[in-house]
Order: sequence, then C-alpha cells, then structure tokens
Amino acid sequence: MTACTGRIAATARSRTVGSRIAASLLYPLGLPTLLLVLWGLVATRTTSKFFPDPLTIAEAFRETWVGPAFVEDVLPSLARLGLGVAGSIVLGVAAGTVIGLTHWLRELLEPLLEFLRAIPPPVLIPVAMLLLGITDTMKVVVIISGAVWPILLNTIEGVRGTDSVMKETAESFRVSWWERLWFLVLPAASPRIMAGVRQALSVALILMVISEMFASSAGLGYRIAYFQRNYLIAEMWSGILLLGLVGVFLAVAFGLVERRVLRWYHGIREVNRA
Amino acid sequence: MPDRRTLLRVEHLRKVYEATTGDVEAIGDISFTMDAGELVCIVGPSGCGKTTLLKCLAGLLRPTSGVVEMDGSPVTGPSPAMAVVFQEYGRSLYPWLTVRGNVELPLRHKKLTRAARNKLVVDALEAVGLAHAARSHPWQLSGGMQQRVAIARAIAYQPDVLIMDEPFAAVDAQTRADLEDLVRELHASRTISILFVTHDIDESVYLGQRVLVLSTSPTWVQEDLAIDLPPERDQITTRALPRFTELRTHVYDQIQRAKRGQVAAPRSVP
Repeated sequence: MTACTGRIAATARSRTVGSRIAASLLYPLGLPTLLLVLWGLVATRTTSKFFPDPLTIAEAFRETWVGPAFVEDVLPSLARLGLGVAGSIVLGVAAGTVIGLTHWLRELLEPLLEFLRAIPPPVLIPVAMLLLGITDTMKVVVIISGAVWPILLNTIEGVRGTDSVMKETAESFRVSWWERLWFLVLPAASPRIMAGVRQALSVALILMVISEMFASSAGLGYRIAYFQRNYLIAEMWSGILLLGLVGVFLAVAFGLVERRVLRWYHGIREVNRA
Repeated sequence: MPDRRTLLRVEHLRKVYEATTGDVEAIGDISFTMDAGELVCIVGPSGCGKTTLLKCLAGLLRPTSGVVEMDGSPVTGPSPAMAVVFQEYGRSLYPWLTVRGNVELPLRHKKLTRAARNKLVVDALEAVGLAHAARSHPWQLSGGMQQRVAIARAIAYQPDVLIMDEPFAAVDAQTRADLEDLVRELHASRTISILFVTHDIDESVYLGQRVLVLSTSPTWVQEDLAIDLPPERDQITTRALPRFTELRTHVYDQIQRAKRGQVAAPRSVP
C-alpha cells in the first residue's frame, strides 16, 4: 500500500518536476527569444547602420568584452559599483539607525535629508571632480551620493516603526543596548532596509555608468560612450547588453541574499495567506 | 509550607496619564501585598487599568505616586526578579528568531556559561512541552504554542515573580484550559510566585490562591478574596464544586457592583 502510493507519488513528482522546469524556462526565456528573433528580422530588412542584427552584436560582444577588456574596463567598473553599494549600505544603515532611534535628531534632519535626496546625483559629478579629482574615489563617492538615500530613508522608517510590544519585551527582560540593536531593531527594520537596498542597486548601476562617462579613460560607461562617438555601433550595443546582464546578475544575487535574510518575513506572509 | 515572607508590596499606587485634553486617572489608589510562592489573580471590569497596573509593577511605567517594593527594595525599572508574559504573544515573540533563540535572548546578558544557559533553555522548553519545537520559528506554531514559548522564555529567566497579562485572552477555550493547567503545574513544581491578570472570572477563581477584585477606573482594590478550593485542581471536578460556583458568583457580583459604582472608594477612609 505504502510502496504503491509511494511509487505513484514518485512518478507524479517527476512529471511535475519536469514540467515545472520546462515552464520555469519557457516563461522567462520565451519573450526575450521572441524579441531577439523580431530584432533579427527587422535588422535584415532595414538599411540603417544603427541597428545591426543580433548575431553581429553577439560577435562584437565576444570580441569586445571577452579578453583583456574584461580586466581593464569591466572589473574596475564592477569593483567601484561593489564599493559604492557596500559603502551605501554601511553608511545608510548606520546613520539611519542612529537617526531612527533618536527622536530629536530625526526632527532636526528630516527636512534636510528630503532636500539632499531631491538633488539629482549626476549634478554632483562636477563638484566631486573639483573636490576629489578624476579618481576612483570620486566615482565611488558619486555612486554613494545617490545610492545611500533609499537605504538611509528606509532604515529610518524601519527603525522608527519597531513594534512597541517587542520593545517593551526587550525592556522588561533588561536586554542590553547592543543586543536590542542586533536582535530587535535591525531585524525588525530589515524588510524596509532590504527594500531600500533593492532601489539602491539600480541607482548605483546608473551612477556607475554616468560617473565613467565624464572625463574618464576606462570603465564600462567610458567604453560605451567611446564606441558611440566612433561609430562602432555593434560594439556600443554589446556594451549596453553587458550592462543589462550586470543588472540582471545584481537582481538575482540580491534575490538570493534577500530570501535568506528575510526568510522569516516571507514565511509569515505565506502562513498568513494560507 | 514555603516561607511566607512578603515578596511584592504595593502601597497607594496611583497613575495619572497626562494628556492635552485633560488628565486621565487610570489607577486611583491600589495597595496589596503578595507573599513569596503565592499565585494571585487580579480580575476587574474591562478598562479598569489592569495593564497599567502590571506595567507599573514590572517597572515599565513610572507610577504618579505610591510605592512598589520587590523583596524590600523599591522597583524603579525592570527588575531581574520579574518576568512578564504579555497578552499579544504574536508581538512579544521575535519572528526572526527561532523558538530557542527567543527563549535564550533574555539570558544573553546574564553571566552564564554556555552550558548553563543551554540547560536553562532546554529545561524551560521541556517544562512547557515544546522541546521538539526548539528550532521552529514562532509563526510556524499555533497561538497556544506561541504563548507556551513566551512562558518558557519567562521561566528560563528564573524570576521570583512571573507577571502574566491576560495571557490566554487570544487563544481558544480548549487551549486555554491546557494553558491554565500548565500555569498551575509550573507554580507547583517551581518555587515561583505568579501574578496573573485576567478579565475572566472563572479563570481567576480556578487558578488563584487569592483573587484581587479591582474596581472600575480610577482603580482600587475592591476585594481581596482567599480562594479556599483544594490545592489539587482539575478542569472538571474543581469547576463542578459547589464552592467554586459560590466563589465565582461572589466575584461576579463584586464586579457587577464595581461596574455600577456601588462601592465607595477607600480614599475617604484615612
């Protein structure tokens, strides 16, 4: 009896696993494939130089980015992006926690923060260039100056919104300040913090590219601008493709981290939905 | 018989909430004492300031005037000799920690060896019948089990007094009966005093050795009633005793009178 149902369950499972893999590939890859085919069809019909067909772009991609350019342009860009994102998280969470926990500081700073956040970060590039020169530090600072805001403001909100009963519980058990920070305040704010980080990633990617388009001699942004100015159209498109891939990679990596950090949060939502 | 020293002494406790729309006197004048090892229930009409009283006792709120003394020394803040079980277990347990992590958290600042801490956690979870759920998260458990976790956290803290604020108000009747028996069992098996606040009259009579009946707000102790039921109690036979019915009728009457405001406040008495 048990063996029989076990076998049925096993075949049913293998079938569902198979179809699930097929479905999980078909859905995300179906539309991009269709668009690529359309692009290829349009590219062969048009006489415009600016829309090379996908195969040409793929060839340009391989020639341009696989090899020394990866080390010279892509890796430094990604390193600055990584530093910028890490700096934004550290700065945003640290400052956000302090501001979120201190009532008078919050009242004092909130209007100023709203103002600073409203400044489009690219306009800071000339200022940063004057103050810091055309250096890696300048580029990282520019990335942080834009990416820190969603993290900072979300952390402030998250920290401020810590549940009152949870706070009273910690107080009644005389949980120490550091333990309260680590086991209560930061985890309670973590859904908001992660939402902030998600926004910060896309801002950081944009600023990484823009910071390299001004007075730079290496990097992804510089390369794309260079190709465009020199009518290397397929190469230019291949750079844009690479940026898109970097963005997708960031989103996937973030998704993995988020699922791990916020496992409890998604778990509760699942339980509540059931 | 355990020693009958006074553990908790409350004298002329008064709490006024100041508000721009006018002050609200939540607690008028509460005085009572509690001996070590006692299980005292506090029952009163809804909105009578039970939670305010508990917060004052636990050192979470400062009374406007009056004294709360624990073992002879005044309570000015949360005391290591007290542990609170809150009504809202869903907001009192931390969902990002496992059951084990929740029970362990208050012990982290106590200077214990890892082994000693571990023993307290395991022991407390066993006492509430949740040894198997140590690695689950609170939200994976039923309401009754979550409140068991909160109780385990409180007893692992090894307080002299366990303060329970309507802990079973949000669980279903059957679970509630089990949890009531758990409280009585913990009280009997551990040298722990319990102050149990409830709005449920039957529950207060079934659980308590003494029942304090509170008046409506501004609150004072309307009656201090000894529950002379046998110490061995169970849900069926105890609740069927004629004496149980008498006591609960008495408490019920007292609360009805309190609601109608028929009892004079003691403040006129010097």
